[in-house]
Amino acid sequence: MSTNLRIALRFLTARRRAMVMSLACITLGVGLFVVTQATTTGFERFFIKTIVGTNGAIRIEDRIQETLRTMEAERGNDASGFVVEVKEGRKYIQGIQDPALLIEAVRRFANVAGTSEVLYGAAEIRSSFKNEAARVYGIQLEDHLQVSDLARQIVRGHLADFRQTPAGTLVGIKLAERLQLEVGDSFQLQAGGEVRRYRVSAIFETGIGEIDKDRVFLHLGEARSLLRRPTGASFIQVNVLDRDRATQDAAHMEAVLGHSASSWQERERTWLDVFRALRLSTSITVSVFTLIAGIAMYNTLALVVMEKTKDIAILRSMGYTRRDVTRIFLWQAAMVLAVGALLGCGLGAAVTYGVSLMKIRIRGIFTADHFIVAWSAWHYLSAVVISVVMVMAASLIPARRAARLEPGDVIRGTAQ
Amino acid sequence: MKTPSGMPSSLAPSADHAVLRCEGLHRSLGQGEGQVHVLRGVSFAARRGEVYAMVGPSGCGKSTLLYLLGLLDVPDHGEIWIDGQLMPRDDDAARTAARGRHLGFVFQFHFLLLEFSALENVMLPMRKLGRWSLPEMQERAHALLTSVGLGGKTHRLGNQLSGGEQQRVAIARALANQPSILLADEPTGNLDVRNSAMVFDLLTGLARQNGQAIVVVTHNPELAARCDHTLPMRDGQFVT
Ligand SMILES: Nc1ncnc2c1ncn2[C@@H]1O[C@H](COP(=O)(O)OP(=O)(O)OP(=O)(O)O)[C@@H](O)[C@H]1O
Ligand SMILES: [Mg+2]
Repeated sequence: MSTNLRIALRFLTARRRAMVMSLACITLGVGLFVVTQATTTGFERFFIKTIVGTNGAIRIEDRIQETLRTMEAERGNDASGFVVEVKEGRKYIQGIQDPALLIEAVRRFANVAGTSEVLYGAAEIRSSFKNEAARVYGIQLEDHLQVSDLARQIVRGHLADFRQTPAGTLVGIKLAERLQLEVGDSFQLQAGGEVRRYRVSAIFETGIGEIDKDRVFLHLGEARSLLRRPTGASFIQVNVLDRDRATQDAAHMEAVLGHSASSWQERERTWLDVFRALRLSTSITVSVFTLIAGIAMYNTLALVVMEKTKDIAILRSMGYTRRDVTRIFLWQAAMVLAVGALLGCGLGAAVTYGVSLMKIRIRGIFTADHFIVAWSAWHYLSAVVISVVMVMAASLIPARRAARLEPGDVIRGTAQ
Repeated sequence: MKTPSGMPSSLAPSADHAVLRCEGLHRSLGQGEGQVHVLRGVSFAARRGEVYAMVGPSGCGKSTLLYLLGLLDVPDHGEIWIDGQLMPRDDDAARTAARGRHLGFVFQFHFLLLEFSALENVMLPMRKLGRWSLPEMQERAHALLTSVGLGGKTHRLGNQLSGGEQQRVAIARALANQPSILLADEPTGNLDVRNSAMVFDLLTGLARQNGQAIVVVTHNPELAARCDHTLPMRDGQFVT
């Protein structure tokens, strides 16, 4: 053990109560930071998982047509004008005419993990009980399972039943509740003049209220007949390997394919911003504790310096340098910080676990019945880094002051 | 052996023999109206193996001079040489290093780091100097404490020792790094007659043995008489 550290350890005991206060503040600061980060990112990640699992990482939709305008450029008196083409705007042509061709192109992107062609349209759903507006989604089940969490979102009934039944459907849970439909029940869908009878194979819950209240999945072929759209698709849902790269990929796809492509980050920007703001504001609020810890440590060390001026002068008279004195006081802060950070991480982990068991009912943007937490070493690391920066910065001031003391002045103050 | 002191610099022992030398030291203390010209031109040299007693009335500036010689304070005018080397005024690192290597200091009032045991207190200067291994340091500290009569109390904490015992630990600590110069401000002030004599004999004995120069402030004429030289001081100057 270094001599400075040894001296620091003994000095620590001089102001035990004040040191314990600083320790408590650091522990609390680190612990609360971890808990707030764990819960906010927990909910954020769950939200992302929900939206990506439902609407996919990237959605490729309408064809883009750049509209060009010709313009005659003047060249002074010389009448030999020429024509330039100016980009005027974009026109979107609804839907995808040749989905197979587009899918083939999309699959060439390295990050793409799956594609599913989807045809949708409005319909009226009729049970023996009542009628509701619905949105019909025609899918090829195996493809769609590649680009969504549909398998996990089934809450009643079985996908196998849907797979085997041409007239089978998957119905959103809220829609099913409103129409009092159960698995095995039959109902009618009407679109245009067409009325067809279907069967509930399974009921799904995405957690997103908007979707659960009007979505009905059909086999693609059935949807084509019902909606009278024998070719084409409404959009292609794409799954990617690295979802953080979805935005770049979407931009790339849009440029290459000539179809609008939107990533989950763009589609859900509003909510993602809300989560980000929430995470930032809680971490700022909680950092106030760490700030208080820094102030407490500053106070404590200032007291110790005052109490130990004579000891500092004696050490200086023996050959201890100004830097040694600085280190003696920084070691004290570092030791309290180390213990506080360790206890804080422990507290954070314990409270995070406790919170994860707490019941909370959330419906609408996702479905949760208890607090959702995220476990990440980054939360602990950033909590520790913040406390280290704040506390050590605050400690530097009294430590420097101790180092600046002139042994002669101190001793004279005592001697006379 | 006793010589009159306060010699002018021309009569001072030649610089080759003087391990500690100062020339024309002036020091004022206090601010503005309350400023006091404490030291008024002090010159003096100390040789290895000799003991110097600084005597004089309270407030004449003995402690002030000792702090200057111990490089704990900086003179307003004048220079100090240790082992023939001029001590820089504003190079704190060099002065600190010289303190650790050449100087041992016994303070008039405050002595020990109270959270440390007697043994640890004596080891503190050695740890900083880094000349000896841990067992060597422990052995040295033990021997030094034994020589000041505290061999049985090495593990007592500072605040479990009497004032006189603390003072003796402080003497042992001042000797720890085998300094060439030992400066002691009334090292026997808190001791009874028997212990004063013992500590004093220890100091003088060491000086002769190890060739250390020792400057002791004392109010005890009997002890002063036992030193090689007496330096009587009055109003910030040595007097003959
Ligand atoms: N901060 C100060 N401001 C003004 N004068 C001071 C200050 N400190 C000390 N003095 C004066 O300096 C003079 C010398 O003090 P010093 O401590 O050197 O005396 P001393 O000879 O050691 O006395 P003693 O034998 O009592 O220890 C004293 O007259 C004292 O009043
Ligand atoms: Mg004095």
